Amino acid sequence: MALRVDGANGAGKSTLLRILAGLYEDFDGEVEWQVEDYPLYVGHRAGVKDLMTARENLSWAASLYDSDVTRDGVDRALDTVALRGYEDVACGAMSEGQRKRVNLARLFLLWNPVWILDEPLSAIDRSGVASLEQRIGQHLADDGLLILTSHQPIEFPGMQTLVIGSS
Amino acid sequence: MNILLATIRRDLLMHFRRPADVLNPLVFFLIVISLFPLGIGPSPDLLATIAAGVIWVAALLATLLSIDVMFRGDYEDGTLEQIALGRHPILLVVFGKVIAQWLVSGLLMTVMSPVFGMMFFLSPDGVMAIAIALLLGTPTMTLLGSIGAGLTLGLRKGGVLIAILVLPLYIPVLILGTAMVDSAVAGTGYAGHVLWLGAMLMVSIGFAPLATQASIRISLSQ
Repeated sequence: MALRVDGANGAGKSTLLRILAGLYEDFDGEVEWQVEDYPLYVGHRAGVKDLMTARENLSWAASLYDSDVTRDGVDRALDTVALRGYEDVACGAMSEGQRKRVNLARLFLLWNPVWILDEPLSAIDRSGVASLEQRIGQHLADDGLLILTSHQPIEFPGMQTLVIGSS
Repeated sequence: MNILLATIRRDLLMHFRRPADVLNPLVFFLIVISLFPLGIGPSPDLLATIAAGVIWVAALLATLLSIDVMFRGDYEDGTLEQIALGRHPILLVVFGKVIAQWLVSGLLMTVMSPVFGMMFFLSPDGVMAIAIALLLGTPTMTLLGSIGAGLTLGLRKGGVLIAILVLPLYIPVLILGTAMVDSAVAGTGYAGHVLWLGAMLMVSIGFAPLATQASIRISLSQ
């Protein structure tokens, strides 16, 4: 199941996503998930350390999830987001798009039934968008849940749209 | 347990890749202490009297300097969000970060302290006591400081606020630490002080990461 949150700049899309992810707690109301873990969240901030290499960043992200991730698995995920050959490059030396790809590589590596993606396509080139769309499609086919915002056109079968901030 | 070790490893790695953040507080510690004999004069009696106080206050301020940046980098690049959403409680990661931070600040200050003790004409018993006191006191200070570091994350200029929040909490450690050196110099034994400092360390290990976890959640909610 996929839900796209739409709205003008400043309408509160990112805040809503942060609330759903469990990051933002200063709100009225309740969020109830029927899964135990927090969702996998990709936000505006790159979420990678500039001083660590792509491989180190991804291994660390995996250790936060305790998944049995091998070095091969990490390298394969980096390969999928077109970062082969950049495994040992410090993320501080990478471009904005490449840093974003390191962060998005978590989607190819970690298992989580709920994905919350805030502008996942920004700074990503066309081939990156294609592979991400493919991965999201696979996630949805596996009965995964997806909530996303995107200013770029993105379409999945059965995706619903929630427009917030409109009068 | 794995996450604790992974965090220590990750933070040490970053400390070594950017040594400035680690070295600045240590150099500050070294310079502040060296300034006192220059300003007060080389009288051995006077220096031996103020030695414990000077070294402790310098260690306290240097710790404060080093904890200011403890979570800031993780907050700004978004890795703190990932930590908060991981499968492990934040406090394990916090504890790992505190240990890594202490290894490159408090521990090194402890190792340096006997040299300063001798520079201040402290008796051998006093030198021993100040090293033991710092060994027990600096981790407590790093742990307590992490609470302030977590609370001031969202603020652009958190440094002064951390000092105001955290320095009062350091008073008991400071009093016990200096009193311990005084007892050692007077030859009256300091087992009681060691136990008290140890007790405070244990209480901090138990509660400070919990409080820091809560303060990080509050900061992320902004």
